[in-house]
Amino acid sequence: MTRRCELLIVGAGPAGLAAATQAAGLGVDTLLLDEQAGPGGQIYRAITATALADPDILGPDYWHGASLVEPFRASGAAYLPGATVWAVARQADGGPAGGFEVAYSTGGQAGILHARHILLATGALERPFPIPGWTLPGVVAAGAAQILLKTAGIVPGQRAFLAGCGPLLYLVAWQYLNAGVKLDGLLETTPPGRLARALPHALDFLRSPYLGKGLKLMRAVRAGVPIVRHVQALRAQGQGRLESVSYRAGGRSHHVPAEHLMLHQGVVPNVNLSRALGIDHVWNEPLACWQPRVDEWGATSSAGIGIAGDGAGIAGALAAEHRGRLAALQAAVALGRIDAARRDREARGPRQALARAVRGRAFFDALYRPPDAYRRPSDDTIVCRCEEVTARQVRETVRLGCSGPNQMKAFLRCGMGPCQGRLCGLTVSELIADERGVAPDEVGYYRLRFPTKPVTLGELATLPQTDASRQAVVRLKK
Amino acid sequence: MFKRLDAVAGQAPGATVRIDINGAPVQCRAGDSVAAALLASGHDACRDTVVGGVPRGPYCMMGVCYDCLVTIDGQPNRQACMTPVRDGMRVQRQHRAREIS
Repeated sequence: MTRRCELLIVGAGPAGLAAATQAAGLGVDTLLLDEQAGPGGQIYRAITATALADPDILGPDYWHGASLVEPFRASGAAYLPGATVWAVARQADGGPAGGFEVAYSTGGQAGILHARHILLATGALERPFPIPGWTLPGVVAAGAAQILLKTAGIVPGQRAFLAGCGPLLYLVAWQYLNAGVKLDGLLETTPPGRLARALPHALDFLRSPYLGKGLKLMRAVRAGVPIVRHVQALRAQGQGRLESVSYRAGGRSHHVPAEHLMLHQGVVPNVNLSRALGIDHVWNEPLACWQPRVDEWGATSSAGIGIAGDGAGIAGALAAEHRGRLAALQAAVALGRIDAARRDREARGPRQALARAVRGRAFFDALYRPPDAYRRPSDDTIVCRCEEVTARQVRETVRLGCSGPNQMKAFLRCGMGPCQGRLCGLTVSELIADERGVAPDEVGYYRLRFPTKPVTLGELATLPQTDASRQAVVRLKK
Repeated sequence: MFKRLDAVAGQAPGATVRIDINGAPVQCRAGDSVAAALLASGHDACRDTVVGGVPRGPYCMMGVCYDCLVTIDGQPNRQACMTPVRDGMRVQRQHRAREIS
């Protein structure tokens, strides 16, 4: 039985939840499909099922997520959790209104569904942090450590360090303090002089809600965690697992025993689905990442496909909600449910809220732009974790004449492992750009194709059979 | 190694699930992912890598890095961070690439 819906939303984070609620409220037959077992995305991960009974550990910004779940549940939108989309095709016989055939898997079973309009709300992932030793057990992404805290109340034991830059690093440190977890240090990689570069954006920051919250949080973290500033040449070391961390700071080298190193240098849009769909992407130089080209409604270069939330460019969780609502209004217009005049009327509230939510972001985008040395590694530092390809190897292919990531792939298999470039793609674009002395948008990105996540033959075999599919593989007797 | 917060470890003793990791019984909290269960029981490495044969463990906990691949109930290359624990589940470390005989 093929499932049908007017609007398919992929991803149940703030953008997806708000969009589904808005669309269903306008009478659009909406299905929200999500990889996780419960709603919330990564930012509000386990919002309905967290192991932490004490709400003060994760703080009010996390619990704001609960306010999105209730209206969603009451909206009448259908919800399919624990499901991964791995292919999307435009239907050849979709008629003038178009339409898509979407392949997904849930619990080891593959299925096909039909949607007239698609909204991707697939959010962000942590920017790769390729330092020597980042593949050692004991080194995890700080976001991963936070997911362990949110979902299972699991925290690091002894000799634990956070390292990198960006607001999430301080948020995790603060949440650990609230949970009574002792950290041995926060190694801050923001280079000197960044504040001066961020200052032109300070006025908006001063008028934003980030200021008050941020200062309070920073004060608490400074009081509870030893902070080392301007950390350079960060390395994770050990035989078979993390045993120590070394770095340079304050003009000298440091070497400290470590059991946990939690890395973070910002988040970037998760572009795998949007890339595989052939949607146009652009290089965002201030944020040093790729993002899909979208208009003010989240509409992409591909008719019938919108993107909302951090997947359309990093702007944070609050902005994601409002962008979700705007994209849902646009989908309702595309589906003929409302007219443009009503869309514009209903969009006023979300637009104002969006403007408030993004105010001040330019300030810490500039402040926390990761230093080149941590984005463009060299020597034996592993770039591709799956195929274990080093920065030196990638750089050498450029000297051999490779001009972009797709040619390089054929030499090294870099980006061809199961993660499909999610953990190396950005680094590879930047490394090749660095070697060629050009901007990353001249170098481009991996050409991504479906399936966007690995699928087993067993899963494929569970797909419903049709006459067409049988005839494609079996010569039928007349 | 990672550990469970005391407040969490003590709650709802009925909601525990027993799984088997590399032949040893491990108790976890119902709702844990296999990757969370691995890390909370000291298994910070869950496989040996395909190319270099070196230990590797969960890294992203959100289904994007594929570093937490393990064999679950005989099925290889399952994402530990995307798979919830189930009573009686057998989890095994993976050694390099799968051999095709």
